[in-house]
Amino acid sequence: MTVLAKALLAALALALVALPAFANNYVLSVATLILFFAFTGQAWNVMMGFAGQLSLGHSLYVGVGAYAAAGLFVHYGIGPWAGIWLAIALCVLLGSAIGFLAFRFGISGVYFALLTIAFAEFTRIGFDHIDWLGGPGGLFLKVAQRDQLDLANLRGTPVMFYFVMLGLTAAAFAFCAWLLGSRLGYYWQAIREDEQAAQALGINTFRYKMLAVILSSAMTAVAGVFFAFYYNNLFPEQMFHIIRSIEIILGPIIGGVGTLFGPVLGAAVLTLLADGITEFLAAMGWEVPGIKQVFYAIVLLVVLMFLPKGIWPPLARKLGISKERR
Amino acid sequence: MPIDLVVNVFVAGLLTGLVYGLMALGLSVIFGVVRVVNFAHGEMMTIAMYATVVLFAALKLDPFLAVLPVAAGFFAFGYGLQAAVINPFVTRPETSQFMLLLAVAMVLVNGLLIIFGPDARNVQVAYQLESWAIGPILVDKARAFAAGAAVVTAGLLVAFFRYTLVGKAIRACADNYHGAKVVGLNIKRLYALTFGLGSVCVAVAGCAMVLLVDVTPALGMAYTLLAFVIVIVGGLGSMAGALLGGVLIGVSEALAGLFFTPSAKSMFSFALLILVLLFRPQGLLGRKT
Repeated sequence: MTVLAKALLAALALALVALPAFANNYVLSVATLILFFAFTGQAWNVMMGFAGQLSLGHSLYVGVGAYAAAGLFVHYGIGPWAGIWLAIALCVLLGSAIGFLAFRFGISGVYFALLTIAFAEFTRIGFDHIDWLGGPGGLFLKVAQRDQLDLANLRGTPVMFYFVMLGLTAAAFAFCAWLLGSRLGYYWQAIREDEQAAQALGINTFRYKMLAVILSSAMTAVAGVFFAFYYNNLFPEQMFHIIRSIEIILGPIIGGVGTLFGPVLGAAVLTLLADGITEFLAAMGWEVPGIKQVFYAIVLLVVLMFLPKGIWPPLARKLGISKERR
Repeated sequence: MPIDLVVNVFVAGLLTGLVYGLMALGLSVIFGVVRVVNFAHGEMMTIAMYATVVLFAALKLDPFLAVLPVAAGFFAFGYGLQAAVINPFVTRPETSQFMLLLAVAMVLVNGLLIIFGPDARNVQVAYQLESWAIGPILVDKARAFAAGAAVVTAGLLVAFFRYTLVGKAIRACADNYHGAKVVGLNIKRLYALTFGLGSVCVAVAGCAMVLLVDVTPALGMAYTLLAFVIVIVGGLGSMAGALLGGVLIGVSEALAGLFFTPSAKSMFSFALLILVLLFRPQGLLGRKT
């Protein structure tokens, strides 16, 4: 990292920590959403960006993580800090099962992506039939008074949720930075660039691809727990829907797949864009359902066409901090 | 459970499955040649369905006549989409292609939402209520016609790829990209042509499907997933596989709706998909790559 990059990172961290002192609840909710997508994007990036395994079913881990912690909380009053371990365990189990089956049978690329969609869809419909978790009618967490701070049960003010999410995102960022520079990170990148060559060099590709899936699903499970306690209501139709998976991967793809800042930048750009479009349309008085998504999609198309590697790599080169990989 | 009922449901599922198969055939042909997975496939299907509804409402045009203008329009749309938008992405990574087509899908589905609103639309023709009795089996006329249209279109497409020079040229592109380039085939044009033909499959399937179900904009994503399931089960790039996959999924959906609950029907499709991916990843009729 260059001096400039360090300075920018420090400034960003300072701004994020200081934000609640200046921002109202609306701005905080947008910021929390950005951080949430930065976190999930980072988690997805471990699998696709680092190890080259395309998952289009990450909603599975968000959903299972959310339902696991929420189920324990609603039925037994077990708090999220304990429930998170069940969430992680279940998601790691699921991720390993999918990874094991896919990698054992040599499924990769588009086929692997479709397998991940299939598992997510299968689970979505399955959860519609689990009455213990509310079925299609939804599972609701009791909303405690918003001004009371109860960190043990993750009940509290928007500022608390903001700082929890900021802590998670910062930890994920540091973890991914460490991963990328570790021996494991280099193995992953070798597999991503050319799996056969990596294998020929003696890398146990099966083991390291499994590790990528396990780490990615565990991180996403944590995001799921946060989601459950932040939004307080869970519906299978929404949690496991492919739209959710797409929301997760939009950020890193627009920001820059395989980069560290890409997921963060992408999440910020997309969330602010969606919000900006909403404001713009409201100001213009064009409030037809669907028009917002059309604008959003057109911006996506333009970014994809003119910035094939995402926003971050060319930006980093402009700023002169282009030691980012890829 | 009376055996008559099971047989009736089976036949209905089989006929619907042929229409599914034609829709998936379009996806399979595009993937087999251009190597791009069309994530906007189901959304294109709903556009065809809406086009048929509009033609019926405005001109009283029977869906089986509306299929001609709709198919022609879809050919032009598919050709243009490939030539202008997708072609630069052919050599890009899968994630880029996926996002591109997803953005196209978002434009299509929300465009429909803006124009038609979220309510379900349909067409009503006399033969939707009629059926033939073959012994104890009742065959809906509309369903039989829809399946017939699907089979005829699929047959024409197979004949095109087998017997015409252009069809052979397209197959050459699919078999060996560089070889095709060396002998001087215009790959960009052939890719666009292939996308156009795949879109025609969707157009015909959409015209036929609107006789069987009501259409809403939200149906697009479900059809995209359905088309994926079918081509993976049948074998991506295999034409017969797409039809076989369509029939299998159609029948399994119908029987699952009968024996379990209708809401669980696509669960069986996805379970079938997972099994096929694990034990025969190239699909039932697919070739090993």
